Amino acid sequence: MEGGNLEIDHNPSVAAVVELRDTSKSYGAVRALRDGNLALRSGEVRALIGENGAGKSTLVKVLGGVVRRDAGDMLIDGEAVDFHSPHEARDAGIAVIYQEPTLFPDLSIAENVVMGYHPLGALRRIDRGAMHERVQGLLDRLGVRLDPERPVRGLSIADQQIVEIAKALSFEARVLIMDEPTAALSGPEVERLFAVVRTLREEGAAVLFISHRLDEVAAICDTVTVMRDGAVVHDARIADMTPDDMVKRMVGRELSTLFPKQDAEIGEAVLNVHRLTREGVFFDVSFEVRAGEIVALAGLVGAGRSEVARAIFGIDKPDAGHVEVVGRRLAPGKPLAAMRAGIGFVPEDRRQQGLVMDLSIARNATMTRLGALSRLGLIHGAAEDRLAREWAARLQLKFHRLSDPAGFLSGGNQQKVVLAKWLATEPKLLIVDEPTRGIDVGTKSEVHRLMSELASRGLAVLMISSELPEVLGMADRVLVMHEGRLTAELSRAVADEESVIRAATGQVDEAVA
Amino acid sequence: MSVDTAPGASAESGQARRYTEWVFRVRELGIVAALALLVAVTAILEPRFIETDSLRNLAINASIFAILAAGQTLVLVTRNVDLSVGSVLGLSAYFAGDLLSSNPGMALPLVFVLGIALGAACGLLNGILVTWGQVPALVVTLGTLYMFRGLAFVWTDGQQINAETLPDSFLNLGTDSILGIPILVIIAVIVIVIVGQWLRDFRAGRELYAIGSNPEGARLAGVRSERRVLTAFVLAGALAGLGGVLFTARFGTVDATAGVGYELTVIAAAVVGGVAIFGGTGSVYGAALGALLLGTITSSLIILKVEAFWQQAAIGALLLLTIAFDRLIGLRVDAALRRRSARRAG
Repeated sequence: MEGGNLEIDHNPSVAAVVELRDTSKSYGAVRALRDGNLALRSGEVRALIGENGAGKSTLVKVLGGVVRRDAGDMLIDGEAVDFHSPHEARDAGIAVIYQEPTLFPDLSIAENVVMGYHPLGALRRIDRGAMHERVQGLLDRLGVRLDPERPVRGLSIADQQIVEIAKALSFEARVLIMDEPTAALSGPEVERLFAVVRTLREEGAAVLFISHRLDEVAAICDTVTVMRDGAVVHDARIADMTPDDMVKRMVGRELSTLFPKQDAEIGEAVLNVHRLTREGVFFDVSFEVRAGEIVALAGLVGAGRSEVARAIFGIDKPDAGHVEVVGRRLAPGKPLAAMRAGIGFVPEDRRQQGLVMDLSIARNATMTRLGALSRLGLIHGAAEDRLAREWAARLQLKFHRLSDPAGFLSGGNQQKVVLAKWLATEPKLLIVDEPTRGIDVGTKSEVHRLMSELASRGLAVLMISSELPEVLGMADRVLVMHEGRLTAELSRAVADEESVIRAATGQVDEAVA
Repeated sequence: MSVDTAPGASAESGQARRYTEWVFRVRELGIVAALALLVAVTAILEPRFIETDSLRNLAINASIFAILAAGQTLVLVTRNVDLSVGSVLGLSAYFAGDLLSSNPGMALPLVFVLGIALGAACGLLNGILVTWGQVPALVVTLGTLYMFRGLAFVWTDGQQINAETLPDSFLNLGTDSILGIPILVIIAVIVIVIVGQWLRDFRAGRELYAIGSNPEGARLAGVRSERRVLTAFVLAGALAGLGGVLFTARFGTVDATAGVGYELTVIAAAVVGGVAIFGGTGSVYGAALGALLLGTITSSLIILKVEAFWQQAAIGALLLLTIAFDRLIGLRVDAALRRRSARRAG
C-alpha cells in the first residue's frame, strides 16, 4: 500500500472529496457535535475555527475514523462511506494530525513516521535504508534537523509536532487534516509547513486546517468553517471575513450569561512562584496568588499550564526555581508537603486522577482526611459519614446514597466531590485544572458560584481553563502562557477575548518580566 | 549509510545515534558480560563446571526456557503478559508423549506439528479473551494457567508417560548432537533467530512494539491492534507447544505436572534480558540470553553445592538488580535526551 491505490484524481470535478452532512455525535449526555456540515474540495485549504470545546476535534475524529457518528452522512467522492477504524480512513486517503500525542516514545523517529507502512524489501522484510532515507527526506522538506534514528522519548513538544506532521505527509494523502499543527511551532517551522501545504494544494489535495492563530488562518486558507457549541455555524470564503468577524462568529454569546465572580477582599499573597523551570516544558515562570483572589492561567493546550500546576503541587520536580506558600518555601517534588502547607489540587482528568470511581461517594469525599477520621489506624465510619454528609449539603451535591460508587454521579457532581475532598482539608490555596470540562451548562454555573463563594471567604484560587468565557468571567487576574512561558498578565479590567488570544498565540511584543 | 546533512545536523545526529546504540549494546552486552563473569568465577571455584558434559547439559536445559522466553517477549512488548505458558507446555508435553506411546510409528514432524498446533490453540483462546473479551491479560492467562493445568490432570488421570514407551528416534532428539552441538540447542537457536528477526525486521513485529509503546497511538496510526495482539498470543502458545514436545524428547518421563512454575522463570528471563514489563522495548535475543543466564546461575549454584533455597534467592536478587539497573539507565537516558531537546529549542 505504498500509495498505489491512493492516486490523486485529476478529473477537474467540483464534487467534494470528502463531505459531512448533518453529522452528529454524543458522548453520554454531552452532545459534542451536531449539524456537522463540511465539504472539502480538491485543491482547497479550509480553516476550521472555534473555541475550545466547540466540537472541532470531534468532527476531525469522525473524519479520521476514530469515532463513529451517531447520525448523518459521510461521503467520499460523492459515495457514502462508513469508517469503522482509523485504518479504513487512512486507506481512503485521509491523513490526520491529531491534537493529542500519538507517538511511540520507545521507537525511533523514523519508525514513528512509517509505522504500519514501512518500506519493504526482499521477503517483505523492512528496508531500513529506504525507511531512513524516506524519513530524512520528509524531515528535510520540513526543514528540521532531527536524526531519524533517535528515539522519540524526550523530544520537545515542537519536535514531536514535527514528527506528527511528517507522519501525516508520509503517504500520498488526498485529504490532509491538521488539528492545531502549529500550536508548538516556531515562526520558520510554521513557514516551512505552510510551504508544504501549498505544494500539496497545488497537487490537488484537500486540506482542513485547525488553528487558534487567526493570522495563520488568513495566510494559508481559502475558505473557513466556524464551529460553536458543537455545531457548524458559518461557512465562508476567507476573503469575505476579517479576523474580527471570525472572533464574533466563534464567541457568539454574551459573557453575562455566565456566573460572574463576586467581589472579594484581596489579602496577602498565599502562593509565590519564583522562576520555576522544567527543561523542555516550561521556563522561568513567576507569579503570585493572593487570598480571596481567583487567578486564571490561560493558554492553548500544550502551553505548559497543567505542568506548572503539577510542579507547584509537587507531582513533578522542577529543574530550577521554587514555590512559597505564605512565605514558607515548599520542598520540591513532594505532594504531601504541598498538602500540609495548605494546597488543594483538583486535577484536569477527574476520572483518572481526581476520583476513585469504584469507591463510595463518602469515601472519595473524605479521602484527604483519613488521618483525622481514624482512631488507632481504624477509620471511624460514623465520623466519615458525618463529614461527607456535611460537605454534600454545603456543595448541594445531587446523589442517591452516599454509599454509591462515585462513578454513578454526573460529571458536575463528580467534580463537586473532588472539590469537597480538597475543601475538607481547609486549604489556603486551591488549584483547579479545567474545573468545568465536560460538565453541563447548569452545573457549570454552580461550580462557578462555588469557586466565587470560596474566594470571598479568603481562599486563593489558581484556575487553569481553556474556556475563554470562564476565564474572563471568573478571574481577577489572567496569566497567559505560550509555549512554556508567561506572555501576559492582564487585570480583570483589561482582559478580553482578543488580548488573551493574542498572548496565548504568542503575538505579544513584550513578555512579562 | 551516507546521507548528506548540514555539519551541525550530523554532529547532533551522530551523538544521538551513539546514545541509542550505547544503550542497546549495554543491555545485551551486559548480560553476556554477566554470563562470562559467572562462568569464570564458577570455573575457578569448581573446575568441573566447564567440562563438556556440564556445559552441554546447561545449554540443553536453557534451550526450552529460551524458546518460551522468545514467545513471552512477543506478548510482553505489546504490554500484555502470558502466565499460561507453563501449563500449555505441560499439555503439549503429555499430548506428544501420549501420541507417540500409542502410535510409535508416527512421523516425528507430525508430532511436532500437532504439539505446536495444540499450543497455538491455547494461545488463540488467550488472545480472543484478551482482545475481543477486553479482559486484562494478567487475569485471562492466570485463569487459563489453572484451566490448562486442570485439563492436563483430567487427561493424564494420574498416569505418566515413561521413556520406555517412546521411540528412540524421538528420545535421541533430546540427547544427540550434530557436529558436537546438541540438537535441542540447534532447534532453539533456529527458532529464536526466526522469531527474533520477525520481531525486528517485519511490519507485524514492529507494530507489536508500537502497540506496547502507545496503544491509542497505534490505533490512530491505523495499526490493527487486536489482530496483532491475537497473533502474539497465538505465537507464544505455539512456542510453548513446541517447548512441550521438546520437553518430552528431553526427559522422556512426563506427567501432568510438566512445566509447573515455568511461567515465572520465563518472565524473569525476559525481564532480566531487557524486555520491559510495560511493553514497547526489548528483544527476543535479550530474553533468550536472560534465559541462558538464569539457567547458568542455577547450574553453577548446584555445582557449587549451594542449597536450593539460595538458588531462588539468587535469581530474585538478580531480577531486582536488573530492574534497578534498567531504571537507572532509563532515567539517565531520559534526562540526557530531554536536555538535548531543550538546547535545540533554546
